[in-house]
Amino acid sequence: MRRRAVSGALYATPAAVLVGLFFVVPLLLVAWMSLHRWPLLGKARFNAPANYTAIADNALLGDAALFTLKYTVLITVLLFAIAFGLALLVQNRRPGVGFFRTAFFLPMAVGFASASLLFLGLLSEEIGPVPLSGDSPALGSAVLLVLWRFAGFNMLILLTGLQAVPLDVYEAARIDGATRWQLFSRITVPLMRPTIALVLTMMITGSLLAFDQFWILTRGGPDNSTTSLVMVIYREAFVRLDLGSAAGISVVLLVLLAVVSSVQFAVLRRRSV
Amino acid sequence: MRTSYYFTGTALAILFLFPLLWSGWASVRTDTGFGLDNYVRLFSSANGIRAAHVLNSVIVSALTVAGTLVVSTSAGYAFGRFRFPGRDLLFLLTLAILMVPYATILIALYVLLGWLGLEDSLVGLSLVLIVFQLPFSVFMMRNSFEAVPIELEESARVDGCSSFGTLVRIMLPAVRPGLVTVGLFAFLASWSEFFAPLILLNSTGKFTAILAVVNMRTASHGSIDYAALEAGVVFMAVPCLVLFAFLQRSYVRGFTSGALKG
Repeated sequence: MRRRAVSGALYATPAAVLVGLFFVVPLLLVAWMSLHRWPLLGKARFNAPANYTAIADNALLGDAALFTLKYTVLITVLLFAIAFGLALLVQNRRPGVGFFRTAFFLPMAVGFASASLLFLGLLSEEIGPVPLSGDSPALGSAVLLVLWRFAGFNMLILLTGLQAVPLDVYEAARIDGATRWQLFSRITVPLMRPTIALVLTMMITGSLLAFDQFWILTRGGPDNSTTSLVMVIYREAFVRLDLGSAAGISVVLLVLLAVVSSVQFAVLRRRSV
Repeated sequence: MRTSYYFTGTALAILFLFPLLWSGWASVRTDTGFGLDNYVRLFSSANGIRAAHVLNSVIVSALTVAGTLVVSTSAGYAFGRFRFPGRDLLFLLTLAILMVPYATILIALYVLLGWLGLEDSLVGLSLVLIVFQLPFSVFMMRNSFEAVPIELEESARVDGCSSFGTLVRIMLPAVRPGLVTVGLFAFLASWSEFFAPLILLNSTGKFTAILAVVNMRTASHGSIDYAALEAGVVFMAVPCLVLFAFLQRSYVRGFTSGALKG
C-alpha cells in the first residue's frame, strides 16, 4: 500500500510542480509586488501601503468597477436563462436534437478574440448586416457576443447535470401526482445544484475578468464608458508602467472574487472528495 | 408540442449559425463581386499576418496540447486511482485556479517568466497556457479514470502489470473520450488565446496569429479594414471548426459520459 502511495504521488508530481511554480508562486508574488513601487523596468522599492491608498483616488477604477459589476449581473442572468432554456430544449433524444446541440455549441469553436472581431464587423455600420445602434451599443454588442459564444457551452454542461438525474426519481414523483413545475423546481434544480454552482461560478468569474471583448469591440470607449477592471490593470501595468499599482488592484479584485466564489465552491465541493 | 420544438429549435439554430455563415460570406465579398482580395490584404498589408505568426501559433498549440495531455492524464490517474498525502489539497489547489483572476496572475507571471529567462518566449507562454487548462482537464481526467471499472485494473494487476503498464495498456484506451475532450479544449484555447500572449509576448516576430489579426484592428487609427478582419476571423476559425467536426462525436460523448456528473 505504501508503494501505491509513492506511485500516486509521483503521477501527481508534474501537476504539483506546474501548479506550484505557475500558480502558487505568482499568487504570492502579486501580493509581494503590491507592497512595492515596482516599475516595469528598474529596481523595486518597498512603499506599502501606497499602492492600496492610491486605489481610492483612481477615478477611472471606480467607474470601471461599476461598469464591470453591471456587465456581470447582466451576463450572468441572461446567459444562465438562455443556456438553461437551450438545455431543456435539447435534453431528450429525438430526431434533429444532435443537429440543434451542434448548432448551439459551434460558436465555442471560434476563439473568443476571433469572435469579437467577427461581431465587430457584424454589428458595424460599414459592412454589418445588423448595425447596432441605441443607447449603449458598446455594451449591447459585448452582451450579444458573449451570449452567442457561450450559451451552447453552458448548455452542454447543464445538459450533463440534467441527464445525471435518475429517471426513476421522476417516475416516482409523477406517480405521486407531481406537476411539471414541481418536477422541475423540487427535483431537477436541487439535484443539479453542483452543476448549477459550477456554471454560475464560471459565468461570474468570467464576466468579472472581461477583457478581450471590450479591448477589441470598443477599446474601452466611448469616453472610457466600457472600460473593465482588467483593462485598468492592463493600463496601470503596460501603459503607466507601474506593475506595483496593477498588482495592488489585482489583489483587491482577487480577494473580492475569492469571497464571491468560495460560497459557490462550497456547494460544488459537497459532491465528492 | 412537437411542432413548437422543431420551430423553436430551427429558429435558434439559424440565429446561432448566422454569424458564422456571414463572416464566411463577408470574407470573400469584394467591391466587384466575390474573390480572395480580402485574404490577400490580410497577409500582405503592413500590419497583417505573416507565415511566422502562423508558425508561432502552431508551436504554441502543439506544446500546450501535448503538455496538457501528459500532465492531466498523469494527475487524473493519481487523483482517480491512488491515495497519497496531500492529494485533496493538490486537487483543490488545482481547481482554485478557476477562481483566481487570470489577469492578476499574468502580471506576476510576466515578472516570474522574466526571472526564469522565459521572457517573450513561446515555451514560457505554453507553460502558462497549460496551467490555465489544468483545472478543467484534471477534473475531467480524474472523473474519467474514476469511471473505469475497478475490476479491469485489478485483473491487469493480477497479470503482473505495473501501475504504469496498467495506465498505458488498460486505462488509456478506456479514457479515450476524456483525452479527446481535453486535447480539443487545449487546442481551441491555445490556438485562439489572446490575453496571455498579449501580455507575455513583446516582439512582433514572436506574435501568434490572433495577436497579428487583432493588431490590424488596433494599429489602424482611422478606418478599419473590416473585410480583411473577417478574412482573419475565418482563417483563425477554420482549423478549429475542421477539428471540431472530426472529433465532435467522441467529444460530446466524452462530455456526457459521466465526465462531469451533476
